[in-house]
Amino acid sequence: MSTVSLRVENLKVWYRTLRGDVQALDDVTFTVADGEIMGLAGESGSGKSTLGKSLIRLDGRMRHVGGTVELDGKELPIWDSGKMNGFRFKEVSIIPQYAMSAMNPTRKIGRLVEDLLESRGVGFAGVRAELDRRLALVELSRDVLDRYPIELSGGMKQRMVMVLSTLLNPSLLIADEVTSALDVSTQKAVAETLVGFRDRGFVKSMIVITHDVSLVYQIADTIMVMYAGKLAEKAPTDVLVGAPRHPYTQALISSLPEVGVRYAEKRLTGIPGTPPSLLHPPAGCRFRDRCPLAFDKCLEEPPFVEIEPDHFVACWKAS
Amino acid sequence: MLALDGVTKVYRTGVFGGGDLTAVRDVSFEVQPGEVVSLIGESGSGKTTIGRMILRLTSVSGGTITLDGVDVSTVKGGGLRGYYRKVQGVFQDPFSSYNPIFKADRVFAMIREAYFPGVGGAEWRHKVGASLEAVRLDPDQVLGKYPHQLSGGQLQRLLIARALLLDIRLLVADEIISMLDASTRIDVLNLLADLKARGLGILFITHDLSLGNYVSEKTVILRRGAVVEMGATERVFGNPLHPYTRKLLASVPQLHKRWEPLAAEPEPADGQPLVRAEDDHFVAGGVRR
Amino acid sequence: MTVSDQEELVAAAPAAPAVTAAPVTSMRASREALHFARRNRKLVAGLGVVLLFLVVAAVGPLLADHGPNEYVGPPAQRPSSQYWFGTTMFGQDVFAQFTHGLRSTFLVGLLGGGLAALIGMLIGFTAGYRGGAVDEALNMVTNVVLVIPTLAVLLIIATYLRVRGVVPEAIFIGLFSWPWVARAIRAQTFSLRSRDFVDLARLSGASGRKIIFREIAPNMSSYLFMTFILLFGSSVLIAATLDFIGLGPTEGISLGLMMNNAVLWSALPLGMWWWFVPPGLGITVIVGALYIMNVGLDEVFNPKLREM
Repeated sequence: MSTVSLRVENLKVWYRTLRGDVQALDDVTFTVADGEIMGLAGESGSGKSTLGKSLIRLDGRMRHVGGTVELDGKELPIWDSGKMNGFRFKEVSIIPQYAMSAMNPTRKIGRLVEDLLESRGVGFAGVRAELDRRLALVELSRDVLDRYPIELSGGMKQRMVMVLSTLLNPSLLIADEVTSALDVSTQKAVAETLVGFRDRGFVKSMIVITHDVSLVYQIADTIMVMYAGKLAEKAPTDVLVGAPRHPYTQALISSLPEVGVRYAEKRLTGIPGTPPSLLHPPAGCRFRDRCPLAFDKCLEEPPFVEIEPDHFVACWKAS
Repeated sequence: MLALDGVTKVYRTGVFGGGDLTAVRDVSFEVQPGEVVSLIGESGSGKTTIGRMILRLTSVSGGTITLDGVDVSTVKGGGLRGYYRKVQGVFQDPFSSYNPIFKADRVFAMIREAYFPGVGGAEWRHKVGASLEAVRLDPDQVLGKYPHQLSGGQLQRLLIARALLLDIRLLVADEIISMLDASTRIDVLNLLADLKARGLGILFITHDLSLGNYVSEKTVILRRGAVVEMGATERVFGNPLHPYTRKLLASVPQLHKRWEPLAAEPEPADGQPLVRAEDDHFVAGGVRR
Repeated sequence: MTVSDQEELVAAAPAAPAVTAAPVTSMRASREALHFARRNRKLVAGLGVVLLFLVVAAVGPLLADHGPNEYVGPPAQRPSSQYWFGTTMFGQDVFAQFTHGLRSTFLVGLLGGGLAALIGMLIGFTAGYRGGAVDEALNMVTNVVLVIPTLAVLLIIATYLRVRGVVPEAIFIGLFSWPWVARAIRAQTFSLRSRDFVDLARLSGASGRKIIFREIAPNMSSYLFMTFILLFGSSVLIAATLDFIGLGPTEGISLGLMMNNAVLWSALPLGMWWWFVPPGLGITVIVGALYIMNVGLDEVFNPKLREM
């Protein structure tokens, strides 16, 4: 589990808007090992969704400004959508946000699968057996292929999309907010299914993007926290949740209410203020304005350094 | 103060209204002043429908809703306006709650037009200032702005401030923090807890058990339109008796504690009557031994 | 708030129905709309052409010192410096006819289109907002009018009622071209009605009528504007057809009537192009310009269509 599967270096992806470039992803460097499930956590505007999307498909407004992405030793041509076509679905795959609502309501699911496979040059008949096996694994019966999306529940649709995205055994799977719109009991089933995929070798490594740290705590090996387009902290799950070193991570963890904690007993606090605008991001550390530990060195941007094995932080106070 | 008694909602479905869909089935509970009651359920549990019936946005098919003993389930017209002086609501999506082509503080102007037509400029500004202060918003930061210029947290608090302009007795908060960031959620939640100190009763509708546990005195657990367990929050969370409640609690992802495999329990059928299990703790179908 | 903020904020929605229809892209709608309106070539060009014709319609008749149907000159004359568009078979000034005809065209468009828009909005908003039995009843009315073969009915009315004139013509047209407007507005109203801000307006004690006018209609203002443009265009075309087959106003002149006369008196085989080309082109260009304006407006109000 120590060979590196995904290596991202100095990735910069900006959004074109009327008012200028939004520096959504600024100089991001990290690795994901073979077989690792990495949770990518952050709040709105942190850039986590942009990061996930830029690894597979830059949409019309996004612009690759710099940096490289390497998967299994091969460089991914993320700036060229045509060239990326050869990698999508086979090497890198994504379960996009709202995927379960994106299925064409007028087509049967089986036809959807056929079309998708055909577009990749894979014959449906050839993978049929494997498809059936996987459907059974996620507890979907074979005749789901004969049904229309509207006949399935939210959890069933999500599981269907998960099977689809991993059908060709991609090396890297990006799961973008796959549990957000689900009930709490279905969330657990879906999250556990993701782990199952990794355990059975359907995917090698996974990036699970979410805003829900408690959920990703349950299934990820490491968690990476983003803030305002930059990486704040990355560490093995228990370390990040138990002993976070970045002030933002610390504040985030302590603002989460848990079952068993009541207002009368322990009053939780949020983080005052709002994240900076990424149109004209501030110089230095982007968390500076809201950080209780900020001092003058914070005007200079802290590097994302390894302070102990596998534990990276971008903070002058922590390193 | 607010009491629901046997409230039911049935929707007509199918061509020519042949079929029936029971969204809410025989639900009864109360909200007292100065108390937060959590209404917890997954999707399809009917919790939003109950909120809408209390706010008279949806009609009641059966049962009664009473405010201070007066039946409000069918109030209309002038009576409805009077009702809205005492009961208001805040919804889930802050960006959908504001008409995007107008400024955000128009919601205040709407209240002024309907309920305070004679109030002068200076007095109104003072009133608005007091409301904003109660929700800890800076008037300079939020007045005169368009909704897209404000954050989700500010917009939700603005809606609470709007409700407070009316001196309400009950606030129906339907998933008001689900769409907010983790760091701002807790501030709005703390705000609700502070407001109950003013004697406000709050119905906190949510699917997130940890939020309900943090802020409420009483909890009502809904499944498929019916109450399966209810009572004091510590009792329901500390000693969950219904298999569905236990399943929910076991599925909530928690920090510092991994999911434990839960032995699958057979869930009792729908429509069981509530039975008192202990003081302030009721379970549908009674306690299984 | 940045674009990515907006996206991510919408993303952080547990247990929310996945359809988040909120127009999170609205950036002070009116200001941005004006900004794009001025830059949109189609809109500006279309508007320019329409305004040009409007000016001609307003000013033109004042230039000529004779009526459009007076016999002023030698018959069947080609365009010359004296008669800019030549003369008809009977020696009437084609240019005078053209400018007067433009006036009645615009009148029909405004009156007929305006009436249809009014009826369509009234019925559409009411059906969409009230729903239930009211909706069913109004739907039936709409469907009946929709199915009626407009031209046939207009023919019959025009033949039997013996009322001729631009205003009655416009009213007739207006009374029959509203169904699609009602349908479209009803559908939009349905979707807007379930938005939270409408609920909030109800919670603020607003009545149904107030909600329609203050909350729902303003949100659809671009759409309503476009329906008016389309109705204007279709009224002009229907009027031209009616005039062409001789059921338009008997006194006065319109572009359709000009074409009718031209065909009737063999302008085509005789090569008197100056008689039928101006009116035909006039109608085509005006309606075409309106439709192009429509497309331009669509781009202005729908951010996704902008040429960005």
